[in-house]
Amino acid sequence: MKKLLIGNEAVAWGLYHGGLGLVSSYPGTPSTEITEFLALHDDIHSEWAPNEKVAAEVAFGASLAGMRSACAMKHVGLNVAADPLFTLSYTGVTAGMVICVADDPAMHSSQNEQDSRHYAIAAKVPMLEPSDSAEAYAFARSAFHLSEEFDTPVLMRMCTRIAHSQCMVELGERENVPMKDYVRQPAKYIMMPAYAKQKHPVVEERTRRLAAYAESCPYNRAEYAPASEIGIVTSGCSYLYVREVFGDSVSVLKIGMPHPLPDQMIREFASRVKKLYVVEELDPILENHIRSLGIPVRGQELFSAVGEFSQKTIRDAFRAEGLMLEEPEAQGTVPPVPGRPPMMCAGCPHRGMYYTLVKNRITVLGDIGCYTLGAVAPLNALDSTLCMGASVSGLHGFNAARREETERKTVAVIGDSTFMHSGMTGLVNIAYNATNSTVIILDNSITGMTGHQQNPTTGYNIKGDPAAKVDLEALCRALGIRRVRVVDPYDLKACEEAVLEELAAEEPSVIISRRPCVLLKYVKAKAPLTADAGKCRGCRKCMKLGCPAISFREGKACIDRTLCVGCGVCEQLCAFGAIGGGEKA
Amino acid sequence: MKTTSVMIVGVGGQGRLLASRLLGTVLTDEGYDVKVSEVHGMSQRGGSVVTYVRYGDSVYSPIVTEGEADYIISFEKLEAARYAGCLRKGGRIIVNTQRIDPMPVITGAAEYPENILEELKEAGFLVDDFDALTPALEAGSPKAVNIVLMGHFAACTSIGRERWLAALEKVVRPKFLEMNRKAFDLGYAGK
Repeated sequence: MKKLLIGNEAVAWGLYHGGLGLVSSYPGTPSTEITEFLALHDDIHSEWAPNEKVAAEVAFGASLAGMRSACAMKHVGLNVAADPLFTLSYTGVTAGMVICVADDPAMHSSQNEQDSRHYAIAAKVPMLEPSDSAEAYAFARSAFHLSEEFDTPVLMRMCTRIAHSQCMVELGERENVPMKDYVRQPAKYIMMPAYAKQKHPVVEERTRRLAAYAESCPYNRAEYAPASEIGIVTSGCSYLYVREVFGDSVSVLKIGMPHPLPDQMIREFASRVKKLYVVEELDPILENHIRSLGIPVRGQELFSAVGEFSQKTIRDAFRAEGLMLEEPEAQGTVPPVPGRPPMMCAGCPHRGMYYTLVKNRITVLGDIGCYTLGAVAPLNALDSTLCMGASVSGLHGFNAARREETERKTVAVIGDSTFMHSGMTGLVNIAYNATNSTVIILDNSITGMTGHQQNPTTGYNIKGDPAAKVDLEALCRALGIRRVRVVDPYDLKACEEAVLEELAAEEPSVIISRRPCVLLKYVKAKAPLTADAGKCRGCRKCMKLGCPAISFREGKACIDRTLCVGCGVCEQLCAFGAIGGGEKA
Repeated sequence: MKTTSVMIVGVGGQGRLLASRLLGTVLTDEGYDVKVSEVHGMSQRGGSVVTYVRYGDSVYSPIVTEGEADYIISFEKLEAARYAGCLRKGGRIIVNTQRIDPMPVITGAAEYPENILEELKEAGFLVDDFDALTPALEAGSPKAVNIVLMGHFAACTSIGRERWLAALEKVVRPKFLEMNRKAFDLGYAGK
């Protein structure tokens, strides 16, 4: 069967046909769809874990029990899962285990541009890197064999462009893989010093064997153009851009397994070309390795460690090297136009809380999710965003440093899913080490930014079936916070009361700002509001909300009926009663 | 056959995904090598969005850069201008004349360039602009703007109308097929 598939769906089919029995992941762009597509199969166990560390450990447990398993995460998710990864490298696996990690060059939806290949090197585990969906399918499928043959977890590196690009994939059949027996193996699986000391040399020896395998691995291949003196070592989507620019007019060493690298193959390739180049996105990993072999090569000096490549990047770099490459001719030049940054949706429940915080000039330590968009104009509500959970732990440090000066005017904001991921531990720390901190959980009852995944607070699992639901109020109390209150962010008066009272309180507190995401299917939009041009005085107060449904035309507020969901927040702001007409709740 | 490059651009939430699925399906049915690329996540929250579709005998890169696009199908005026630099000499922009204000315009930090399409035409761009919303409403839903635009584009290609309609049947739910057929035909006839 041939199908047009995005890279992530191809990975899912590859893992499924490779005999996967369990997948556990935490959503993160651009990796999310791998797990969503796997969850469509009822003959395997699939789940959203609270975070990537849990997911990787669940996959470890399944492998230990004899079932092929996988987890998928974005690049920064692997930071969270790094702890199990480094020691999984020592224990190895019983049944095959694959960790899919998706990098995000150009940071389409991320807070940094880290290169996951460093993890393969640091943790001493093999890594595969496809160039398109067809390879993603084949590599994912065979990753289980590699994992079992070499007794190691396997990293599968994707990037945004491959994860979200579609190409034709020839799909095979699911491999029927019986569970392996569970046999107790203390020396293999109990990583205490006595056993771990025995394992480290095994890991080093395994890397040597993997490096030998890399020489014959079908995913590394030299494609020679006998007439050309140029040779390019490349991998991932850079390979496609190189081929787009050069066709088959240069020699290419295509690396499908970036760790460990095939030294002999590289030496052989280098010896058969006059000029050797490396084309790779992000860090100069192939390049530094080739240099370490004593082979002169040019790479990063022509390119950049920043951002995403394209055929234009390659074309421009090699034109600068003096190659005669034809440049496409654009139809004309375009005048600069205003930007269109992403923003919170009309009716987004986060908006009312953010407005309240901005109005009261509160310092806000932010977190990762849709609500990070509160940082943009006109709200400009955030002071920091670092990583998952850092709002809560960061707030404690901020307040510990400045005490009364900041405790009464600083909050952390964190989403329900992010709180489950890594906000809880920070909250325990606030209670235990006693700063008078105020944490606001922006509970929109879904994992929003990655496209609506269930989480432990929603009451549903990945299949949409009812599941145990975390009681956030009880949880916060159990963690040591006595003051916990719930507020509806559509009610501006209640929001302001809650924020001012909790900031003034002489002990730590949690405000749960609760209202489901307006994009959820079960949330019914109310009738749109209208702005009465006769009553509107043009004060622009409603414009401070940054609602995409409200614009200003000829000195008056104007509401787009196709966007407005009747949340009523702007209506509460208008001092002249100019906004109204919706349904009364 | 030389690779043909199409860009579908607009504002997050305008129905670009169905348009690209339709295009991907019809091209696959025709036996072309096809690559489709888009970015999910942050960019969908009302931001500027772009889908690249490339087809031919053998396609390598999934993306389209400066001066490479044969067609740009734009769901909104400002977005047509934003990506027009990608259009090759002889290429064509098909654009819905709808205006959606971006946040910098809403906040007053920037002005919406009212005559942007005229400016593009004066700068020498081949611009095929029309109101896709009226035919979409005639077909039965403002959401059908995407299929009206694709109908308009279909008439520019060498692929027959029946082949497009067969692909349409594969990508829309039966409940919405009649409306989308009508939207497609109105766009096709408008060409």
